Amino acid sequence: MTGMIEYLNSIWATVPADYQYLVIVTSQILAVAMTVILTVAFTTYFERKVIGYMQGRLGPNRVGPFGLGQPFADVLKLLIKEVIVPAKSNRFLFIIAPLLAITPALAAWAVIPLSDNFVIADIDAGLLYVLALTSVGVYGVIIAGWATNSKYALLGAMRSGAQIVAYEIAMGFALVGVLMAAGSLNLGDITRAQAGGFSHWFLFPLLPLFLVFFVSGVAETNRAPFDVTEGESEIVAGFHVEYSGVAFAIFFLAEYANIILISTLTSIFFFGGWASFFEGWTFLGEGHFLRQPSFFWLAAKISFFVFVFFWLRATFPRYRYDQIMRLGWKVFIPITIAWIAVEGVMSWLHWGPWSGSAG
Amino acid sequence: MNLTDLLPAAPEMTLLGLICVVLLADLFVEDEKRVITFWLTIAALFITGTSLVLTAQETRTVLFDGSYVSDPLSHVLKLTAVGVVAIGFMYARDYLHQNKLFKGEYYVLGLFGLLGTMVMISANSMLTMYLGLETLSLSLFALVAFDRNSATAAESAMKFFVLGAIASGALLYGISWIYGITGSLQFHEISEAIRTNPEINAVPLWFGLAFVIVGIGFKFGAVPFHMWLPDVYQGARSPVTLYIATAPKLAALALTLRILVDGFSGLHEVWQGMIMVLAVLSLVIGNVVAIAQTNIKRMLGYSAIGHVGFILLAVFCGTGQGYAAALFYTLTYVVMAAGSFGMVILLSRQGFEAELLSDFKGLNARSPWFAFMMLFFMFGLAGVPPWVGFFAKLNVISAVLDAGFPGLAVLMVLAAVVGAFYYIRVVWLMYFESAEERAILQAKVDTRFILSLNGLAVLAIGLMPGWLLSLCMRVLG
Amino acid sequence: MFQAVLFYFFAAALFAAALGVILSRNPVHAALFLVLAFFQSAVLWLLAEAEFLAIVLVLVYVGAVMVLFLFVVMMLDVDVERVRGGLTRYAPFGLLVAALMVIELVQVIWFRGRTDAGLGGFQPTPDGYSNTKALGAILYTEHVYAFEIAAVILLLAMVAAITLTMRKRPGLKVQNIAEQVAVKAKDRVRIVKMETEKRQ
Repeated sequence: MTGMIEYLNSIWATVPADYQYLVIVTSQILAVAMTVILTVAFTTYFERKVIGYMQGRLGPNRVGPFGLGQPFADVLKLLIKEVIVPAKSNRFLFIIAPLLAITPALAAWAVIPLSDNFVIADIDAGLLYVLALTSVGVYGVIIAGWATNSKYALLGAMRSGAQIVAYEIAMGFALVGVLMAAGSLNLGDITRAQAGGFSHWFLFPLLPLFLVFFVSGVAETNRAPFDVTEGESEIVAGFHVEYSGVAFAIFFLAEYANIILISTLTSIFFFGGWASFFEGWTFLGEGHFLRQPSFFWLAAKISFFVFVFFWLRATFPRYRYDQIMRLGWKVFIPITIAWIAVEGVMSWLHWGPWSGSAG
Repeated sequence: MNLTDLLPAAPEMTLLGLICVVLLADLFVEDEKRVITFWLTIAALFITGTSLVLTAQETRTVLFDGSYVSDPLSHVLKLTAVGVVAIGFMYARDYLHQNKLFKGEYYVLGLFGLLGTMVMISANSMLTMYLGLETLSLSLFALVAFDRNSATAAESAMKFFVLGAIASGALLYGISWIYGITGSLQFHEISEAIRTNPEINAVPLWFGLAFVIVGIGFKFGAVPFHMWLPDVYQGARSPVTLYIATAPKLAALALTLRILVDGFSGLHEVWQGMIMVLAVLSLVIGNVVAIAQTNIKRMLGYSAIGHVGFILLAVFCGTGQGYAAALFYTLTYVVMAAGSFGMVILLSRQGFEAELLSDFKGLNARSPWFAFMMLFFMFGLAGVPPWVGFFAKLNVISAVLDAGFPGLAVLMVLAAVVGAFYYIRVVWLMYFESAEERAILQAKVDTRFILSLNGLAVLAIGLMPGWLLSLCMRVLG
Repeated sequence: MFQAVLFYFFAAALFAAALGVILSRNPVHAALFLVLAFFQSAVLWLLAEAEFLAIVLVLVYVGAVMVLFLFVVMMLDVDVERVRGGLTRYAPFGLLVAALMVIELVQVIWFRGRTDAGLGGFQPTPDGYSNTKALGAILYTEHVYAFEIAAVILLLAMVAAITLTMRKRPGLKVQNIAEQVAVKAKDRVRIVKMETEKRQ
């Protein structure tokens, strides 16, 4: 067996460096993307369970132990269904729209550091890259709405587009606060700037920005209580009213991938990413595993925020459209601007957490 | 770099800060107490003017890595701009009240326009010049369309916007050529590049310059780029017309002097011809077409085109004397234009625009004093001695004669004579026709007082033009 | 070598997308081609190591401006036949402008070539050089004045747009949220004490 590994290693060493790089990066991408997709599958199960318990039901419990096979049953069902393309629709755009929705949701993972030493692309402008990609995600929705050639779909798409553009501004401003505190646009550096126990997390100095960012994230993903895009009571199912089978499954995948992405970003920007909650707690003893930063801390934080997404869905009634716009433009944007001003003054005076990072 | 180094730019910073104060304060003012916004605006203008006086200095200072210049010319122009904007706001107060247009945004937009004017006046690079121009134009577009219920205002605003956008495009296109060839956006560096590399003085640079001059022509409203001017003057509400007729003219003069004199004095022979065409066409068409007008705002619009002809001919000379004459002409013209539109505003009432020439009939019977003031403005604009317009025209004509263009001087005299016809017609209407309208003028005391001062100033400067002339000579000598 | 291949690939894609913008008959397709063109130019900027500009191009133009643009185009029912007619009618003018721009570029490069050392290819940047940082440094020092005025223009545009569009129409029902929140229970609910009725 060891001979086999050595043999493979010797072959690997003969491969030119460029190709080695290509192979490594490709396998990293595949690993992350597959993980995300699998997580999405179980997230749907998680959602149904969470909401089920909150509503005093059991949730899925038939397929496999504890109903764990349910996601796979759903996927299989959707895969073998026919994709119906409406007669008067724009065929090319109708087909390509789900792909435009899923691609940015997966591509954003390229710059996300999953632990101290694992990130696919360690680029300087990572935060901007994430923002750019989340803003591109809206194309899938509006192209789907238009290409379907249906009033409901178009209305849903318009609502979604306006909503995403509006909340993106608040989100961007909230991130300006983060990058001011961290002094970097690199997601890894932002996480490292929060090292040293949970009192160093940006959650506390940037509390208003955290709330704005997370709620904007909920609005960006068109989740309840901001799900007027789908609004089944008014416009049937919004932009994906005519989608079926795999095409629908891909929209579904994109939505949940975005939920996980927003949860991850919230964990990284405000909750110290992979940093441990117990980092400075000496009673646990030197080198105790709970004090070590690791991927599992990040996973725990992501899971918590995903849970919050479902919690919101189970508890809040849907916002009215004008209320959504009011919240975005008249409440969130002023809050972020005010807090950035506060931050500017504080870092200028070298107060609080900015004492070190202020230049 | 200390903060005190930026002191010469304090007026702009002060104004910007005060604009924000007015904008925010206006949010919390109830509709009945909107007059608070008005007085805040006047206070802002007063503070800006004070800071201009306090920071004025004889020397030329360049700031912000060459994008801002502070020199005596800029102080004179800025102070005048602040003054005429304040006067315009004072005149407009009652009018806006009566026409239900008394809103804080009017003042905020006006102040933004003033800021744009000041930025243009102090621009030392194409970039700041362009940005100032956009600030000014944008607030003008919004001001023209300010009366939402007026179809003519909307139409003229649209026309203004489209033509203004084309002009900006032309200007930017020209700037891009100039930047590509000289490698700089700053006027003194452009001038330096032309001096050190004579071989770049060729068709491509002239091509860029031509586009820049198209932009200048649009901004001034010189023929053949004057199409927007009469329509906007007529379509906009009278206070807005007053605004457009005053501060932007100062900005346009700054645009011309900074680009052509600071930047392209080395290419004087090249731009002289282009400016001459614009000026001569403006003189002829502006003055001749003005005769045919029955609407006084439109008539004053065409007469403004004629006056632009004079200003451009003064610049055309390319001598210090010519530039000083252009400055003198612009400053005095702005004062007279403010007064004449002030009269139009004064005669208007709720639901009635005194914009026809016939509305001035028999004004003498209704209000001898203001008829007398209107006579001052009309004689001033016509160039009757001893009112100030006469000296302004005389300066330009003598500058053109000194530069060796007697033919142009003759043309200017002819244009002035033609112009005198339609100005004096207004005086005739006021004194020798009987009134169709008997209503009493209902302006507040402060408005009447300032309008009277404005009229007397037209005469007083005309009687003693020496100090202003020497100031202009010193500023541009 | 690899960079050159990428450059030509994306440049060709950019060219094709730009052609698509002007040649496609459906305005929505044209707008989407424009989005594609923005993406390709962003990639070209990335190749030139101007990553900040590239990402901002995607963020601002693709993410916000073009979305609103698409909104308008999708809402309008554009007459395809008339759009087709416009192409041939305006083509000579378009060609003229294009020719002018080509001349300009050639002239500029020619003059630059004579005055400066000439235009090189992409210069390799030193290690640790951050495009984003350099851009920020120059914006907030050398061009701070122009930068601030540009900000003023944006503020002005906002004020102007709101002035021209916002008006209070009579009879329009609006929700006053501050008022709703300020409501106390005693304003809405009246608790009445009543004598219990005797059982009949």
